[in-house]
Amino acid sequence: MLRFEDVTFRYEGEGAPMLEGLSFHVARGEFVSLIGASGCGKSTIFRLASGLLQPASGKICAGGTDIAQQKRWCGYMPQSDLLFPWRTVGQNLRLPLEIRGGFTAEEMEDQITDTLKTVGLADCRDKRPGELSGGMRQRAAFARTLLTGSDLLLLDEPFSALDFLTRVSMREWLLDQWERSGKTILFITHDVEEALFLSGRVLVAAQRPIRELQSVPVPLSAPRTMESLAAPEIQQLKNHLIGLLRKQV
Amino acid sequence: MKKRKNPYLPSALLVALFLIIWQAAAMGMNAAYILPSPVQVLQRLWELRVPLFTAHLPATMGVTLIGLGLSLALGVGLALLMDVSPTAEKALYPLIVASQTIPTTALAPLFVLWFGYTIWSKVLVTVLMTFFPIVITVFDGFRAVKTDMIDLMTTFGAGKWQIFRKLKLPAAMPYFFSALKMAVPLSIIGAAIGEWLGAQEGLGYFSRRMMTQLDGAGVFAPILLLSVVAMLLVGVVSLIEKRVIKWRGE
Repeated sequence: MLRFEDVTFRYEGEGAPMLEGLSFHVARGEFVSLIGASGCGKSTIFRLASGLLQPASGKICAGGTDIAQQKRWCGYMPQSDLLFPWRTVGQNLRLPLEIRGGFTAEEMEDQITDTLKTVGLADCRDKRPGELSGGMRQRAAFARTLLTGSDLLLLDEPFSALDFLTRVSMREWLLDQWERSGKTILFITHDVEEALFLSGRVLVAAQRPIRELQSVPVPLSAPRTMESLAAPEIQQLKNHLIGLLRKQV
Repeated sequence: MKKRKNPYLPSALLVALFLIIWQAAAMGMNAAYILPSPVQVLQRLWELRVPLFTAHLPATMGVTLIGLGLSLALGVGLALLMDVSPTAEKALYPLIVASQTIPTTALAPLFVLWFGYTIWSKVLVTVLMTFFPIVITVFDGFRAVKTDMIDLMTTFGAGKWQIFRKLKLPAAMPYFFSALKMAVPLSIIGAAIGEWLGAQEGLGYFSRRMMTQLDGAGVFAPILLLSVVAMLLVGVVSLIEKRVIKWRGE
């Protein structure tokens, strides 16, 4: 679904590259988390994957085709919800549809209604983002990401600004959304527990420049609950991952 | 039930106090050609109502509105141009800031030489005084759009025009209204100064004519009228703003 092939990237004016000959891939339908210490280049990988940055060399493919030859191959959900305050929740969800084009007003309204129902915000269509709680805003932002119509979703620490309890319930919610939608999700976080709870596989960015991502499978079966994290092998894995990350700091 | 406090009460009291002191001072001085009392000013306004309201107020409003309209077109146009083109920004921004060092009032007699006693000399003064806050504020509005939001729209596949129309334009609306609220009183002041320096009608001109006749209250009456009109217009803009922007500060 998403494949980096020998990708090198360097920010202008910086000597050392952020990524050097990096290759990795995420298969269709996978939920993969990308972890790493702050500033290690996780977000750079996302900006490359979403086309906001161009690699100096190497190739990035989505769905088997080079992204340089595509438009709209991924849905990107940023750290802060970035809902437009002048639009209602419904109108915010309309935005990706308006940009994609080719829908009648009715088709757009139907899609918005369906998606709002899926994310549990059916009553909030005419509310303004300012009237929603943090968790609801993130759900609205996720709904907007779904409406990009892409099968590949890039989620950049979407829950980092939420309080602990909201974050915990949003994790369960997201897992449920993923199982139902069948989308491919690449999820950035610096919270190891969050990564273990959500994903089938964790990619660790353990050095800089990033030359490879260590792939660590998570031995947890569905359905996952907060309690599943208490299993000894998961605790061991968590300590192992934290150990890997601490080496960088 | 507890009585709701009027939020304007403190400032109203202050104004009342100021008027009382003014009235007392004027009565003490007893020289209306230097310091007319508020009551005398109101009396004079009433006596002069016909020429003030039928000839001079419309003339000043004409200059104000034309000047404001031109300033808005010029200001928003320049802000847009600078937003679209970094080269234009580099070329224009310093010049626009420098334009504010020109002493407009000192140049105004020159404008009268160029345009004669037509409204265009006054309109030019108005535009020179008003366009600056509009350009700078609206340009800031375009600039204040979060890069993250632009990036988000880009990943949705939006082009430049869509980003402008769906993001930059609505995001800059509060700035536009702030600019308008600054520009309205400035445009009235600009028009009055223009008239003061060379005109055959208008409230600025009228005030000056009263000065030559040592009619203190007659000098104040059109000024009072100008202030009231400016406040009313700003009030109207605020009302429109409240209707258009329901999301300010979110």
